[in-house]
Amino acid sequence: MSLLATDPNDRPRLRLPKSLRNPLFVLAVIVLLGVLVMAVFAAQIAPYDPLDMVNMPFLWPFADPSSPLGTDQLGRDLFSGIVQGSRATLLVGFSSAVLGLMIGTCVGALAGYFGGWVDIILMRVTEIFQTMPTLLLIIVILAIGNPSIPLIAISIGLAAWPMIARLARAEFLSLREADFVMAARALGYPTGRIILREILPNALPTLIVGASVLVANGILLESAVSFLNLGDPNVVSWGSLIGNGRTQIRSEWYLSALPGVATVLTVLSLNILGDRLTDILNPRSGERS
Amino acid sequence: MIPKPPVLELLKLEVGFPGAPIVKGIDLKIEEGEKVALVGESGCGKSLTAFSILRLLPQAARITGGQVIFDGHDLATLPAHELRRIRGKGIALILQEPMTSLNPVLPIGLQVAENILQHEKLSRRAAKERVIELLDLVGIPNPRERYTMYPHNFSGGMRQRVMIAMAIACNPRLLIADEPTTALDVTIQAQVMDLLEDLCSKLSMAMLLITHDLGAVAQWTDRVAVMYAGRIVETAPIAPFFAGPQHPYSQGLMNSSVDDGWHYSSHRLTEITGNVHSALGERGCAFAPRCPLAAPGCRETPPPLELAGPDWHVACYRRAEAMAPSPVAASH
Amino acid sequence: MGLLRTIRRTALQALPTMFGIVLIAFILLHLMPGDAVDAISGMSGSSSQETMEEMRAAYGLNDSLPVQFIRYVAGVFTLNFGMSINYSAPVLDVIMERLPATLTLMFTAFVLALSSGIVIGWAMAVFAGRWVDRLLTAGSLLLYSAPNFWVGLMIIVYFSAKLQLFPAGGAETIGADLQGWAWFTDRLHHLVLPSCALAAFFVAIYARLTRAAMLEVLRQDYIRTAHSKGLHPMLIQFRHGLRNALIPVTTVAGLHLGNMLGGAVVVETVFNWPGLGRLTMNALAARDTQVLLGILLLSSIAVIVTNVLIDWLVSWLDPRIRS
Repeated sequence: MSLLATDPNDRPRLRLPKSLRNPLFVLAVIVLLGVLVMAVFAAQIAPYDPLDMVNMPFLWPFADPSSPLGTDQLGRDLFSGIVQGSRATLLVGFSSAVLGLMIGTCVGALAGYFGGWVDIILMRVTEIFQTMPTLLLIIVILAIGNPSIPLIAISIGLAAWPMIARLARAEFLSLREADFVMAARALGYPTGRIILREILPNALPTLIVGASVLVANGILLESAVSFLNLGDPNVVSWGSLIGNGRTQIRSEWYLSALPGVATVLTVLSLNILGDRLTDILNPRSGERS
Repeated sequence: MIPKPPVLELLKLEVGFPGAPIVKGIDLKIEEGEKVALVGESGCGKSLTAFSILRLLPQAARITGGQVIFDGHDLATLPAHELRRIRGKGIALILQEPMTSLNPVLPIGLQVAENILQHEKLSRRAAKERVIELLDLVGIPNPRERYTMYPHNFSGGMRQRVMIAMAIACNPRLLIADEPTTALDVTIQAQVMDLLEDLCSKLSMAMLLITHDLGAVAQWTDRVAVMYAGRIVETAPIAPFFAGPQHPYSQGLMNSSVDDGWHYSSHRLTEITGNVHSALGERGCAFAPRCPLAAPGCRETPPPLELAGPDWHVACYRRAEAMAPSPVAASH
Repeated sequence: MGLLRTIRRTALQALPTMFGIVLIAFILLHLMPGDAVDAISGMSGSSSQETMEEMRAAYGLNDSLPVQFIRYVAGVFTLNFGMSINYSAPVLDVIMERLPATLTLMFTAFVLALSSGIVIGWAMAVFAGRWVDRLLTAGSLLLYSAPNFWVGLMIIVYFSAKLQLFPAGGAETIGADLQGWAWFTDRLHHLVLPSCALAAFFVAIYARLTRAAMLEVLRQDYIRTAHSKGLHPMLIQFRHGLRNALIPVTTVAGLHLGNMLGGAVVVETVFNWPGLGRLTMNALAARDTQVLLGILLLSSIAVIVTNVLIDWLVSWLDPRIRS
């Protein structure tokens, strides 16, 4: 009679879900952890100050063991540059994402929960920010103050939140009709509590996955900004390294290529992570067997 | 009278998803012009059976065994390009959900004409005239104006009429209708079924009606096949079947249906105790766990279909007990 | 079909958005260090404090903020964006001079990205789960993760420095003074690398979108209906599948136009393209705030206008919207 017990596939196992055991996903997590460790312990890992001239100029990678990734036109160590540059890049990527997540969640939550006029007005504002070309808005904001890491992070966060706002609105719109919210309302819980304690925890997984895209975007925008020389000239980031290599692009192309590879690997890992997590949250969108 | 070969013959048809057989060896014959109903609860494999005839199964599902004989060909193994000549021309299909079974971005006239242009050498203009006749035939008012309209301009019943026009466009010999009225209002249901019956006799089409509505079976078909958990448990002509079904499952189906006054209701089938049992690991009669008459022998091997009367087959070891005065009703 | 009506409807909808953008531009203008008079006096050499005050009064800079704002809005709606200090010319003229180059680049990149993205995404959906799909998915994820300026630099390294196939920068051969067909092919030759660099990221976006939309559409009942009519699978893929999948793809393509303009700014810098991107960088270096805001405003208007056109295109593709 006990049909299910005969099925060997049905024994409970303590293993990660299938989608998390995907080798690509594991690789992405390893890359991200590696970059994170590199950024945290940059001072211990990098042999030199990336702004110091330490070696002969234009050393190619693997030519000299003391500068494993070569040197630039001023003899500055590229390996140290990439290691130290990860700090600025990741810092801006993550803090802009946190800012974008906060603004976007607030706007989306209010619009989705209250609906009506609040929704119309807030969505208009979202649309306004979505219409303005992101990078141009960032450039104009940067023109106001002196370029510094916080200002870059703030400008990217200010330009990038509409995506999260739309996500949050959709989540709140559907969750506010859920039974447990109805119950909370019937019990007379205050609105603030319903939003923060009842709906937000349920909407959070989706929003965090959305934020992984925001981090990837933030890193790309930061590198564009520092590539355009709009960043802090005293701080090395991957974008500024790429920009610095531009003048020698025809001969010493490794100067731009290597920091770019670092950027691509990091952003790629974030995107793989985001894709996978989306698949888990919403299995139908995955379509991978 | 020379016995004509059947229009469609399913022989030991098996369909399933990888690792999960759903349809477990079905034999079914449909004669020329005959209207056959395939009845069962949702999940019993009746829709999968219908789709497997034209090999229109969902992506992961496969025909894992058996044959589908139509016009001397085995459709289960026919090369794809030859099968396409039968789809829409020899056998046509009507799906249950008229809201989603028409392409929302193409005019309905074109969608009907597609079928004609695919199978017959006709000019576009001649095809259009045919379509307008067809739309008129299925009872769509102002067919000439409606030709260029889109599905969203039509009500559910009207869309199903368009689907029917599309299906009969090439005078198919067999029409497969997968719960064609489930999604419609009760008042529209009868109209659509009347139209289908009318067209069947006008065009001498055979019809395979997939349904869980015994009322529709009694009113509009000639023969019924009751399906349970991937097998046919009873098949009989309408009149004797409704006078007294022999399989305990059919009896349960009928009892709960009669109680409800012969029309569709969603809770009807749940009145049989339990529900469709997991097909995995099944050994004996699949209905045994819910059957009031189940004996230990029922759980050993699945019962075969046996002749129980003229053109009447039942798969039950306890048929004799089941025919004793209303055992199922007594169990209530 | 009803283009004018669509335009009127969407233009009315876009009006509040436009107003909001002008408001933000106005706020940013006042947050910026220095005002127009500082800029002009800096341009014409030092002026005395008195003349500067006179000029402030003349320009209405001493009026209350709401009055200034109304004047600013009126200016924007009559396409008067003020004067550029760097070029001593109206901002509109300065921008209009550079706009065609940017539009050429963007249009080429957009057409390239949309067409190849749809083809690639379609192939991914048709071969979903097989190695073609895996390869293309990996490729598009890679393009999706690469900064466009870096892609630009790398294709310069390979196609210009190494293979010597295309020029590495500029919009035309300087001093060649070409005419007619030769002029056209020269421009085209210069256009190849920058538009590829700009398109790369968007190819990935559109391909992923098309794949998802196509897989969703191929699951629909009407695809089974089409098969039940015995139609050729190719016909079903195109007439029934792609026709429907294009609706979400086109809608989202419009949303990405603003991003593409931002991307164009960077790519233009890489390829020395004489468009808005370089103007932006010059204006930034010269603290030419009026030009910066003018570019922000005009490009926002451009995005809105294009979205109206996209709306019309979508309503043409989707009869449910039309009625």
